[in-house]
Amino acid sequence: MTKTNMVPVPSLGIIPERDVNRMPILDIHHLGIDFGGLHAVEDFNLVIGRTEIAGLIGPNGAGKTTVFNLLTNVYTPSRGVILLDGVDIRGKKTWQLNEMGIARTFQNIRLFNKLTVEDNVKVGLHNICRYSTLEGVLRLPRYWKMEKEAHEKAMELLSIFDMQHMANYVAGSLPYGAQRRLEIVRALATNPKLLLLDEPAAGMNPSETAELMQNIRKIRDDFQIAIMLIEHDMNLVMGICEGIAVLNYGKIIAKGTPDQIKADPVVIEAYLGRQGEESLHAEG
Amino acid sequence: MSFLSYLINGISLGSIYAIIALGYTMVYGIAKMLNFAHGDVIMVGAYVCFFAVTRFSLPPVVGVLLAMVVCTLLGMLIERLAYKPLRSAPSLAVLITAIGMSYFLQNSAQLLWTSNPKVFSSVVGNGALKLFDGQLSISYVTIVTIIICFAIIALLLFIVQNTKMGKAMRACSEDKGAAMLMGINVNTTISFTFAIGSALAAIAGVLLCSAYPTLMPTTGSLPGIKAFTAAVFGGIGSIPGAFLGGILLGVIEIFAKAYISTQLSDAIVFAVLILVLVIKPTGLLGHEIHEKV
Repeated sequence: MTKTNMVPVPSLGIIPERDVNRMPILDIHHLGIDFGGLHAVEDFNLVIGRTEIAGLIGPNGAGKTTVFNLLTNVYTPSRGVILLDGVDIRGKKTWQLNEMGIARTFQNIRLFNKLTVEDNVKVGLHNICRYSTLEGVLRLPRYWKMEKEAHEKAMELLSIFDMQHMANYVAGSLPYGAQRRLEIVRALATNPKLLLLDEPAAGMNPSETAELMQNIRKIRDDFQIAIMLIEHDMNLVMGICEGIAVLNYGKIIAKGTPDQIKADPVVIEAYLGRQGEESLHAEG
Repeated sequence: MSFLSYLINGISLGSIYAIIALGYTMVYGIAKMLNFAHGDVIMVGAYVCFFAVTRFSLPPVVGVLLAMVVCTLLGMLIERLAYKPLRSAPSLAVLITAIGMSYFLQNSAQLLWTSNPKVFSSVVGNGALKLFDGQLSISYVTIVTIIICFAIIALLLFIVQNTKMGKAMRACSEDKGAAMLMGINVNTTISFTFAIGSALAAIAGVLLCSAYPTLMPTTGSLPGIKAFTAAVFGGIGSIPGAFLGGILLGVIEIFAKAYISTQLSDAIVFAVLILVLVIKPTGLLGHEIHEKV
């Protein structure tokens, strides 16, 4: 893969050179949340370019998923500002944020297991498919038109992962890898500008992971969206992320390109413990 | 011939139970709560129709539509004021609120309309269809009730299976958090469910009082309990289950009345329920819920 040239931006982050003259998709300032007395996330600052593939890594319990939950307002931040495409998302409901352009997948798969694969994708298309329930009940022309469009769109999205033939299977019956892929398709169906992937490669074997890497890049190229991912698989992170932020104990301890992160002594310490110590307490 | 007549009456009574049970089962499926005020919404619907027809001399069809509108609004209001603030409360708190709401509706009705029974005149007309040289007579109410019940089931299955609102409902029923993150307004979806359930309650109320014409503030409570039983019988959360449970319950009740004992009929109905739940705890069409430990 050709290396992306990363350039610094005024807010002390880095974004891909190609995105420099456009509004960053995500601009986070001093974000923080407390659970009781614990600062689960503190003074979190990050800028993500419009077509960037960004990584958020860190040891277990560092607060990565909490950041995702703050971005989707599952948790309300105690402090700080999140600008999505330049708009402050404070006070927005989770479903409204989805309409504004954030979609996500989950660390432990949360598909609608009893629905078919196609219906799972169509749930994602909910806000794009516009007709009233009355029009549906009376089966007016708009119902047929919209449902036909939804079907075609669902099939097109499933074709990204070559899953069209599985459309009528019940989601809960799919093999693990396919469920992970379906979650990404369902998230894409909501037409996001920013896709959050929470450990997309968890439980995948190396060849599945390699394929996933290609697909993540392909999704970014085809849809021209930003992707932010949490992942423990360092091959994947270093292979496709352009900018990486490392989180430890709720704070960002390093930001930079994969090469910078790999060489950063603070990161190495967070992952492997202090140099010279006998045992390596590596996590995750 | 009397067997056939009992069977048809049973299916008709069961149809009313089924329509009420649908309200219980849909709300349970999506909001995971037992809305014990549902039975009293039925009573309100019947009163609205009664006053529209007798006091304001509106045509019965308009009376039914008016009852549906009032009950829809009432159902949504109850959900908004009583249940929504308790969305994340323990289920016992919600259950007790629902029972409280039930008493509130009954007592309000008593204040507003007194506890004197009103004689409800059937919205369908009192005629009967005579078959086999008059040996079998089926009242129009019975026929209309059965037809309406089947139409409602078909309509609901269509909505739930094939419209985007139905998909949103099924998604919310499985995982509200994930549904929300897919852009679904969970509150609207729950509100919509209450609206449908309450509109159906209005229809059930009118049909019930057309068949059994005494209308009192407590009219809805026993049919409400029986319909809840029907929903559990068929597998709560399942629409076909509510239908099947309702019909079976109605048929069992009428047969018990006809062949065993009028006084014991309710006891027999509930005994059958207990038997079914002992043999199949999830109800006839219910799914087992696996809880991860």
